[in-house]
Amino acid sequence: MAIRYIYSEYEVSRNTDRCIVCRVCERQCANEVHTYLPEQNKMTADESKCVNCHRCVSLCPTRALKIIKGNNTYKENANWSNKTMNELYRQADSGGVLLSSMGNSENYPIYFDRILLNASQVTNPSIDPLREPMETRVYLGSKAVKIERDEKGRLKNNLLPHLKLSMPIMFSAMSYGSISYNAHESLARASEELGIYYNTGEGGLHEDFYPYGKNTIVQVASGRFGVHKAYLNQAAAIEIKIGQGAKPGIGGHLPGKKIVGDISKTRMIPEGSDAISPAPHHDIYSIEDLSQLVYSLKEATEYKKPVIVKIAAVHNVAAIASGIARSGADIISIDGFRGGTGAAPTRIRDHVGIPIELALAGVDKRLRDEGIRDQVSVVVGGSIRSSTDIVKAVALGADCVYIGTAALLALGCHLCRSCHEGKCNWGIATQVPELLKRLNPDIGYKRLVNLLTAWRHEIEEIMGGMGINSIESLKGNRLMLRGVGLNEKELEILGIRHAGE
Amino acid sequence: MLKEGQVRIPSGCAISGMFSKTGQRQSGENIIQSISVMHERSNGLGGGFAAYGIYPENKDYYALHIFHDHLAAKNECESFLERHFDLINLSKIPTRKHKGVTDEPLIWRYFVTPLPTKLESSQLDEREFVAKCVFRINTRIEGSYVCSSGKDMGVFKAVGFPEDVGRFYRLDEYEGYCFTAHGRYPTNTPGWWGGAHPFALLGYSVAHNGEISSYDANRRAIEMYGYSCTLQTDTEVITYIFDYLHRKKGLTFQEIASVISAPFWQTIEAMPPEEKETHEYLRNAFASQLITGPFSILVGFEGGLLALNDRLKLRSMVVGEKDDMVYIASEEAAIRVIEQDLTRVWSPKGGELVLVELEGGSR
Amino acid sequence: MKRVYVNEKWCLGCHLCEFYCAFANTGEKDMAQALKDLKINPRIKIEEQNGISFAVSCRHCREPFCVKACISGALQANDGVITIDKDKCIGCCTCILSCPFGAVAVSEEGVVQKCELCVQTHEGTPRCVEGCPNNAIVFEERG
Repeated sequence: MAIRYIYSEYEVSRNTDRCIVCRVCERQCANEVHTYLPEQNKMTADESKCVNCHRCVSLCPTRALKIIKGNNTYKENANWSNKTMNELYRQADSGGVLLSSMGNSENYPIYFDRILLNASQVTNPSIDPLREPMETRVYLGSKAVKIERDEKGRLKNNLLPHLKLSMPIMFSAMSYGSISYNAHESLARASEELGIYYNTGEGGLHEDFYPYGKNTIVQVASGRFGVHKAYLNQAAAIEIKIGQGAKPGIGGHLPGKKIVGDISKTRMIPEGSDAISPAPHHDIYSIEDLSQLVYSLKEATEYKKPVIVKIAAVHNVAAIASGIARSGADIISIDGFRGGTGAAPTRIRDHVGIPIELALAGVDKRLRDEGIRDQVSVVVGGSIRSSTDIVKAVALGADCVYIGTAALLALGCHLCRSCHEGKCNWGIATQVPELLKRLNPDIGYKRLVNLLTAWRHEIEEIMGGMGINSIESLKGNRLMLRGVGLNEKELEILGIRHAGE
Repeated sequence: MLKEGQVRIPSGCAISGMFSKTGQRQSGENIIQSISVMHERSNGLGGGFAAYGIYPENKDYYALHIFHDHLAAKNECESFLERHFDLINLSKIPTRKHKGVTDEPLIWRYFVTPLPTKLESSQLDEREFVAKCVFRINTRIEGSYVCSSGKDMGVFKAVGFPEDVGRFYRLDEYEGYCFTAHGRYPTNTPGWWGGAHPFALLGYSVAHNGEISSYDANRRAIEMYGYSCTLQTDTEVITYIFDYLHRKKGLTFQEIASVISAPFWQTIEAMPPEEKETHEYLRNAFASQLITGPFSILVGFEGGLLALNDRLKLRSMVVGEKDDMVYIASEEAAIRVIEQDLTRVWSPKGGELVLVELEGGSR
Repeated sequence: MKRVYVNEKWCLGCHLCEFYCAFANTGEKDMAQALKDLKINPRIKIEEQNGISFAVSCRHCREPFCVKACISGALQANDGVITIDKDKCIGCCTCILSCPFGAVAVSEEGVVQKCELCVQTHEGTPRCVEGCPNNAIVFEERG
């Protein structure tokens, strides 16, 4: 096209004093931004192809590279931002739906950042985690029990199946296909070492990972890809995916070109065919249908595994969660509107759903008001970014969190949000052989273990400061939270007081 | 200033208790002596006693001790009582003027039993019916507050130093087999008698020293089971947890201790398999009833008394024994003042249940 | 003894090892200064074809053919590390012919060069290993 409407968003800045022309940038850029000019023995860049993934910057041995924001600008307009105009030009070019990856990046309030934590002073002592035990173990599943005793008067263990975790963190659903084999291996190995769980997503479970079954949650989504008896029985728990925070009400579409080799086999669909997950489950048009699927899956696994139902945080999430709690599900997972994705229509991602903090507060309250909070555990995700987000989520009422984006960041992701293009330079969201080998699971799993070990230390430190030595005493403990800069309605929904009160 | 219940008020405290295993009834004089030794642990903003075995002639009826702020409240409350209970006996609780105790409300005692027709139509068990009525009065009738609702027991509390409160209520004139006492050091001025301790529901009374960090987790969990925490105090929530786990769930006191002051996982992991399974079960199923942060509590119940420290033992608590008597107090001096010649004095470990019951069971 | 091992499964063919090797042997502190406008001649080299790549450098053989073949005694095995004494090397290249791995090469100085494990200079880990972004080159004890 003769007229170039879309300018590059970034500029590649190369310090020629430091560049030694090693060409690592050129070799590592799947987008072919960098080129070697032999006559001049120097490097050049076509920044229009740059997605700002920072692979070249990270690998440049002489720190000669910088990616900077392009300052090409249209005339200032508070209503028509550069971004809005560019998106419009893009659609005028292509006639297509805008696609995006990873979570909502728009400037909505982040309630976690408006909540402050408490600590003990004088009236009760804080506890030093280096001196005293500090417990982060959690169990997920129904806790509604009627006490029964055997003939000797001993308590009968009549709890339904539970997941036992060393800390209230799990890796959220990311399918094999949307992320690479090596990313899955990293997650599986880290889960085993940490005593937590990872989630297969809807792409099935590669047979190589069956040995990690006791740390695996398998997903049953609307496309039912890769679902078979061994798959279900291999897992520690089964998750029915109704929705995803990044695209509530929308199905999924993994293009046929990604359905190759093991992915096709694992998903149980022919090579080259598009993997289309319908928007709804076509056997769940109502809440009673959900209950049937919950019990079908329990039946298939002899009632030995907890069943999770995952939904996106939408406006009436509390009422939906209440319905799920009564459907026989053991765990409800709620995905906030900042949750990540491998690909979603931009407009859906950025405008549908509600923040997880509000959804969580509403769900926890509703389930308590109805006296059924004990029947289910609540897991939240989308987006949990740090140990303090976790502490705040637990204090708002969550039993556990799911982390997806944070885990990918630990594996090298730089949030360039170009997953949907399939050319992930970090070897995470790609199936291109020479790219996926860039993620060595020996390194990847260790980085995940490091991240969560660090977070666990921080959680322990914060709990100790509050005078709490076991995570269950933090759950729903909203007195440990205070809002800052929030209005009365927001405080009311969050069920917390304002700082200073 | 906000009243107790509208704001959460942390406090330090003193507790003392005495129990005759053979059920010998003795006067309340000793418990006043005991708690007065720990004068410095209170600040004059709350004191009280629970006494068991004091109403032998009315032991089959629920003894309701009620504070009425004014006559209108009293009338409304009594009309409620008449609609739900047979009133066997009602009288003012005898008091003696004391300069350390002022602004007293109308303090009345009612011996009641549920109206059979009401009880039947409620489809509740008798104790649940009584508990529900207590909650009704405390939350719906402005100016009336039931501070005691068990059988053959009573709670006597006020704003003041505990020894003055004991004199005010003429506790020396009562005889019981078990007494507990509480002196309070709140960090605020509630000025309201209902906020003093012990806190009681049905036969359970709790005297507590500490400030628990798990408060709101415990509160929100227990409120789900129909309790309403109107006072925002640890003692209130601990009482409800005991009532829930013991009366409603049917756990033993030892099991309750393993829930609220649970052993650490590392201790549980080292237990023999069956014991380990039981503890894992209790901690999992009743995770929201785990209490963390400092506490030492005395829980009186019909026919027994128990004492428990938090899992790290962040509050002092000493037990002394002599013949059929068991004494438990925040400080050893509070025991020595009433019994110098103790056969055994010991300090229970964090989470270690001390349980004493009447020989031959409740009478 | 610890040796440098390569794993072609994780080699990205990024050639960073070559530059770190070249840098290690300059003795300079700053890589940009050391290698600016320099055509490098590293002791480790990436072999690549048909999408497969791996690094080749001296394996410090237990029974080194190069040492046996050296006619001047310039190549020596010292505690398992094969080193070269440039003063003794006469540039006959017999070692290059005898090395089955192609790990010995001619240097700009007219003598031969090979990896001498820069462990003394670089805190126990050879620079190529440190600089590999994907653990495709490791320095470890194997049986």
